[in-house]
Amino acid sequence: MLSKIVRTVANGFIPFIMIFGLYIIAHGHLTPGGGFQGGAVVVSGVVMLLVAFSSQELKKSIRERVLSIMESSGALIFIILAFIGIGTVFFYNLLVGTPIFGNIPDFGPNLGDIWTGGVIPLMNFAVGLKVIAGLTAVVLAVALFSGGEEVEE
Amino acid sequence: MNRQVAGLILLLVLVAFLVWGMYLVHPFGYPDASDMDDYMIENSQEETGSNNVVAAVLFDYRGLDTLGEATILFTAVTGVLLLLRLSKRKENNS
Amino acid sequence: MMEHVPLDFPFIAAALLMGVSLYIIIFKKNLIKLIMGVAMLAAGVNLFLVALGYRAGGGAPIYTGVPKETMVMPVPQALTLTSIVINVAVLALMLTMVIRIYRHTGSLDSEKSRKLKG
Repeated sequence: MLSKIVRTVANGFIPFIMIFGLYIIAHGHLTPGGGFQGGAVVVSGVVMLLVAFSSQELKKSIRERVLSIMESSGALIFIILAFIGIGTVFFYNLLVGTPIFGNIPDFGPNLGDIWTGGVIPLMNFAVGLKVIAGLTAVVLAVALFSGGEEVEE
Repeated sequence: MNRQVAGLILLLVLVAFLVWGMYLVHPFGYPDASDMDDYMIENSQEETGSNNVVAAVLFDYRGLDTLGEATILFTAVTGVLLLLRLSKRKENNS
Repeated sequence: MMEHVPLDFPFIAAALLMGVSLYIIIFKKNLIKLIMGVAMLAAGVNLFLVALGYRAGGGAPIYTGVPKETMVMPVPQALTLTSIVINVAVLALMLTMVIRIYRHTGSLDSEKSRKLKG
């Protein structure tokens, strides 16, 4: 566990990093980005917390069962969204034209409207959830495995 | 000594193949066969409704590749968590 | 079609990156250096993929506030995204195996961990 200044600054920065990562995930159909890139940004914020506080402290807040449920539900939502257009073809974009996410933008360069895209923003959320949960579990497992042996001896 | 000579010959052959192959590709900046990409740039706003053509390609036109990639992520995370288990070894009885 | 200027810098840079990483993989014995060589090979391949789809004078293939009129080809960029994620997964698995090998044999030399027994 590092000194008090580092812990306070890390606590102050972490909401901004998480909001920035969620912004990249949510605007995946308008600006460069998407599920994978935004998930990597959020995981880098979690790594900053892991460096400031030790891994034993973080193990009390993040439970393994929550991470497992998040990752599995991300994968399941992705597959269910792929199956709802099964009438035409496997990955058919069914929500274009319907009032849920289905405005069609004007042809050519325009300022973006967030309620466009059909199935694509929902798929971005599912993939972002999967990446966040998976990479957090990997980073936490490596830190606990390497730091745990100093506590036992 | 023998191993190092064989390794050096192998490295020179592979690098020669790589550099020779870089001249067989089209010149940089002028691709020749781009009908599929032109179709995707023209029609991605009506058919998928998104302004980002790369996201439309990743999730709508080629969604099966993204499904395979999500499966690879899941398998890798499972493999890492399987290899790194803290096991308490009892040394008095095996 | 324009005449072939023999100085396609991005392609030559990708070939040099792959050549240096092949040298590392063939000649070095430390396990961490081998993993760095594989990561450099992945970087060379990704650079080659993105450089294949460039159109001279083009901009990013996004319609929100587009800076230029012609766009580069979007399909190699999507393939590169998939390739980056797959390389991250493979590198994570390789690093955990190196951790277990170090815990088991006590050294990071690839010559000492060649026995299949024990």
